[in-house]
Amino acid sequence: MSRMTLREAAGKPDGLAQGHRLCAGCGESIIVRMVLKATRGPTIVTSATGCLEVATSIFPYTSWNLPWIHTAFENAAANASGIEAAYRAMRRRGKGPLAKYETLDVIAIAGDGGTYDIGLQALSGALERGHDFTYVLLDNEAYMNTGIQRSGGTPFAASTTTSPAGKVIPGKREWKKPIDEIVIAHGVPYVATLSAAWPMDVMQKASRAMEAEGPAFLHAIVPCTRGWRFSTEKTIEISRLAVQTCLFPLYECRLEGGRPVYELSPPSLGIARRPETKKPVEEYLSEQGRFRHLFRPERRDDLLGSIQDGVDLRWEILLEKAGL
Amino acid sequence: MKKQILMGINGDESVAYATKQVNPDVVAAYPITPQTIIVEKYSEYVADGEVDTEFVAVESEHSALSSCVGAAAAGARAFTATASAGLALMWEILYIASGLRLPIVMAVANRALSGPLNIHSDHGDSMGARDSGWIQIYCENGQEVYDACLEAWRMGEHLDVQLPVMVCLDGFTLSHTMENVLTLQDEVVKAFVGEREFIEVEGHAGKTEFRLNPEVPLTMGPVDLQDYYFEHKLQQVEAMDHALNVIPEVDAAYEKISGRSYGLLHSYMMEDAEVALLGLGSTMGTVRYVVDELRKEGVKAGLVKMRVYRPFPSEALIEALGETPVLGVLDKAISFGSPGGPLFEDVVTTFFDEAERPLIADYIHGLGGRDASPKLLRGIFESLLEIKEKGNVSHKVNYVGVRTEVR
Repeated sequence: MSRMTLREAAGKPDGLAQGHRLCAGCGESIIVRMVLKATRGPTIVTSATGCLEVATSIFPYTSWNLPWIHTAFENAAANASGIEAAYRAMRRRGKGPLAKYETLDVIAIAGDGGTYDIGLQALSGALERGHDFTYVLLDNEAYMNTGIQRSGGTPFAASTTTSPAGKVIPGKREWKKPIDEIVIAHGVPYVATLSAAWPMDVMQKASRAMEAEGPAFLHAIVPCTRGWRFSTEKTIEISRLAVQTCLFPLYECRLEGGRPVYELSPPSLGIARRPETKKPVEEYLSEQGRFRHLFRPERRDDLLGSIQDGVDLRWEILLEKAGL
Repeated sequence: MKKQILMGINGDESVAYATKQVNPDVVAAYPITPQTIIVEKYSEYVADGEVDTEFVAVESEHSALSSCVGAAAAGARAFTATASAGLALMWEILYIASGLRLPIVMAVANRALSGPLNIHSDHGDSMGARDSGWIQIYCENGQEVYDACLEAWRMGEHLDVQLPVMVCLDGFTLSHTMENVLTLQDEVVKAFVGEREFIEVEGHAGKTEFRLNPEVPLTMGPVDLQDYYFEHKLQQVEAMDHALNVIPEVDAAYEKISGRSYGLLHSYMMEDAEVALLGLGSTMGTVRYVVDELRKEGVKAGLVKMRVYRPFPSEALIEALGETPVLGVLDKAISFGSPGGPLFEDVVTTFFDEAERPLIADYIHGLGGRDASPKLLRGIFESLLEIKEKGNVSHKVNYVGVRTEVR
């Protein structure tokens, strides 16, 4: 299924049905629907507490056309570990309700809070133990479900309700935690970044994640209209700008011969080959209310410069890792 | 009754051995004193191929129970074990396991909670979990531990119950003390525990067994707001009520193969008792010894051992007490700021509406592993006799075996 066509994808029933209560313009359902298009067959999904969970499962309604379980905020990876362990035991014994399935795609979905922060331990444990599952990080860069509080995934200078742009402090003072590097350091077989602006890329990477033997990690940038403060029709545009400015490069990292091998995905590879096409971060930042204080009441060239420098540095490091 | 094999094993090994015979699909656990022997022993069984369980050596107790929840929701039998701080770390997931109606079995090697740090036995840990929707069984000795670890599966998995079960054994006193334990043969255990069965539910995609079924999807653990949450909690109340009937049934079935049964509670010398002590766990063995001594001296002493604490067997307790005029409650935990220990409060509530009710006093003892010696227990009986004589309880809650007597 690594080469799923658009026609095949369109023809496959949705794992997440319409009618859920996510906000208009929310990036989460877009990514989730695409990822679920890549499942191979029998699938079990577990979600951490968060927007996706509360908006898709309000009893007695559900948007899930797949077996789905939510238990708590910090344990999606531990739940997935248990599901995968159950499947493994039943396969080995040839008995139990999951024993008959040749494959079982176990998917854990969590937000940035449930991954960078409160769920990091459970994630690390599950990666270290090597469970065969796919972890999907829906990164909207703050605790959106509780009302836009900063997380370890919130970018530098972003204004959130717990890192507000004040008279003295201009938004979040720390940079985003390098979650992908943390995951890659566990020596997992497959890590990839996703942007909804490139749907075929998302689905292909999701296919590879499911096929990988062992833990696979998919990190999606998920614009949040409420938290990032942009109008609802711009979700895909902002997903695209994040990549085009190299704030959120698209790449894969496979473990080959025990070494992590980085490969830029076409949208980012194009920029690597033609650096003049790399857009300035300002184009991305200026679209979003959470960065408004960088432009008004007065332009903060110092902060804009820091962000650009930081992005350039991280992009260069990535290019080196990708051998470019 | 089936043939049995006598083994010299400690309480933790009893848990591990019983669980080995059950051979659950998934064991997810994390080491903590005094439970560690359970996970060590089970790891050996796995490493030696004596079981084909998937053993998940998780990175915390929170993940231990979360993994069990995932496994049980996927249709597996799942087991874990913990103690003290580990149980405290699981707290959030305790309620989720019972709320999702997952019949997980967990052994708790009772240990005091920090701070200050103490690794020895009291019931502060499992008492904190008494409202979490788990069935709780307290064991007096290694034999009871072994037996409870087999019966627990049938209690929790019963289609009218569908609740997780906690088997509590006092840390060190039971967990690390070697005793003679009669064990059943593997095939007898296998036949007794059978295979996990599922209730059938009507999901959004049609009828299905209540599990994560790739063919008929269910949504488990949804958002459940003002309009339905309360009813779902009442279903748990109902399940607990059912457990009061199911537990004796399971016990009777177990008696057929083992010759041992325990019921919801156990009375000793209660027919004509004038003073009685009621409590949980290993202390009750010593109480029995003291009762025997007192009886020799002509004192009409008796005891009631609560084996099942949740669901609380109020009716059985009233019946067990009969016309005993004075009852002492042995609490091995403090409920800070409350009118008494947790067991005391339940007992007092049980008798409040009874026309004939005993005089009841609470004796909080044994915290942090402090010894409940025959001398101490004899002192409590003396205090009960004093109450009987005076006809009233002057000190409702007593902290006994302490340097400074707080009354």
